[in-house]
Amino acid sequence: MAWFRKEKRKLTSAARREVPSDVFEKCPECGEILYRNRLSQNAQVCPACGHHHRMEAEGYVELLIDEGGFTETDRGMKSSDPLGFFDLKPYPQRLAAAERKSGRGDAVITGYGPLEGMPVNLAVMDFSFIGGSMGSVVGEKITRAARRSEREGEPLIVVSASGGARMMEGVLSLMQLAKTSAALARLHEARIPYVSILTDPTTGGVTASYAMLGDVNMAEPGALIGFAGPRVIEQTIKQALPEGFQRSEFLLEHGMVDVIVDRRAMKGRVAAYLRHMLGLPEPAVEKSD
Amino acid sequence: MEANAEFNRDIRELELQIDRLQELAQARGLDAGGELKALESKLAQLKERTPRPLTAMERVQLARHPQRPFTLDYVERIFTDFTELHGDRAFRDDQSIVGGWARLDGRTVMVVGHQRGRDMKENLLRNFGMPHPEGYRKALRLMHLADKFRHPVITIIDTPGAYPGMGAEERGQAEAIARNLREMAALRVPSISVVIGEGGSGGALALGVTDRILMLENAVYSVITAEGCAAILWKTAEAKEKAAAALKLTAPDLVELGIVDEVILEAGGGAHLDWDGTAENVKHTLTRHLAELAEMDPEDRRRARWTKYESMGSWQEPEEHTT
Repeated sequence: MAWFRKEKRKLTSAARREVPSDVFEKCPECGEILYRNRLSQNAQVCPACGHHHRMEAEGYVELLIDEGGFTETDRGMKSSDPLGFFDLKPYPQRLAAAERKSGRGDAVITGYGPLEGMPVNLAVMDFSFIGGSMGSVVGEKITRAARRSEREGEPLIVVSASGGARMMEGVLSLMQLAKTSAALARLHEARIPYVSILTDPTTGGVTASYAMLGDVNMAEPGALIGFAGPRVIEQTIKQALPEGFQRSEFLLEHGMVDVIVDRRAMKGRVAAYLRHMLGLPEPAVEKSD
Repeated sequence: MEANAEFNRDIRELELQIDRLQELAQARGLDAGGELKALESKLAQLKERTPRPLTAMERVQLARHPQRPFTLDYVERIFTDFTELHGDRAFRDDQSIVGGWARLDGRTVMVVGHQRGRDMKENLLRNFGMPHPEGYRKALRLMHLADKFRHPVITIIDTPGAYPGMGAEERGQAEAIARNLREMAALRVPSISVVIGEGGSGGALALGVTDRILMLENAVYSVITAEGCAAILWKTAEAKEKAAAALKLTAPDLVELGIVDEVILEAGGGAHLDWDGTAENVKHTLTRHLAELAEMDPEDRRRARWTKYESMGSWQEPEEHTT
């Protein structure tokens, strides 16, 4: 009966294309293979489909502040492990690893500089530092940025990216929600503009404090923004969430953000809002020959 | 934990029995010496096995005890003339938060608190004390009302947390909480919060930005539940005991961390065993703090509140200052 037996042939794939990981990146949205340099020059936005890849914190400083004008503050501020927290690893060990990776003391960069010539205070969160979690250092640095804004009468801009409060600092982390919101209450009364920019992902305690309190809330396209994380909600309601739930477009539709802005156009949009709030004139339109 | 609390109650009951026996013997001129002696030696034996201090997880369980008094139980015992107000004027009346005008020793205050249910029917109405955005917006409306008429705000905190559901997200749970934090920081009237049971993260804090934070002896206040923390950091909910201890969520821990101003003792071996006595203690402490706050200049009081929150946290300054 040998003629019935089909000859076994191993499945083979076409010759695997080797993509060196440091030169090219595949867009998770459209599958386009992107030259990394090109992606960087395009503010980490896919030139093919417009998908916003996550961008490191320094990228936002470069994007928003006029070239060479940024002065960083409190760069070396570090957590002091107030609870002596120890889970599977001691907290100081997690902090040290994050510090080695990012080269900074905690999950936020703060400083000041001009944005289209207007002096502003800027805070940018770093999601790669323990999930952009907010502990005492993030709370203190955001608060200082807000207080400096108030003192100098200069607008505040915060770019958020965070998984929420940092568990390893317990209730002290929770209190950073109150602390930063209290600083914003003072800024609010002093009538100083505050622009909140929400990037992927912004959830938990950061959303439930300063990220939602902007005079303008701006979101990047497709960013996950919410209070409870999608997994927690699914576990609670015991059903899958619809496509697009808690994405920027969903938030715009439900009235939680003012506008969704392409990262490449962000600086101009922030400037336009600031000029309105500050009562500055419309800039002269540059004429091209 | 339960055994521990019962143990305290046993001691108390035995003491009562001895008292009664003595009274009876005296009143009737009887000699109860033998029986008294037996009871007293039993009491001495019990007391010798002094209960160990509660662990953090035992405190969490006590804080969630179904027989503990809830917000309205305290309102009934501490205040008079309570007139409830309802609704956020935008969407609906969230019954997991209750609030209204009331009098503390005759003086009008606004009371707002989370409300749990005692049985399934009530819990469906109260959503287990887990508010939606409209609950926080109702709370804020009432606090603004208090500010308008210059009456103090007293909040009572007792919630597992803000409800994590689809509707809550659609209607802006995060925004509602954030706004409460900012607006409570800006109130011009005195404000006090009392954590009576579980202080569950942002959902608790949304009623908790106040001049004074008081906390019952067996209440807890945490950024995440012990179970949630264990599941994320230890990768197993079994580690909840360890997580509860590591989170430093008990009232004495929070005093040490500079968050809570005063711990209120629970009467008779725990609030679940003595509602009246515990409410009495709460009332006493509230009254004292309110009197202190009422004497302050409104602007100074608000500044003191800001300074208090600004000082919360712990960090190491960079070696060289760039500012």
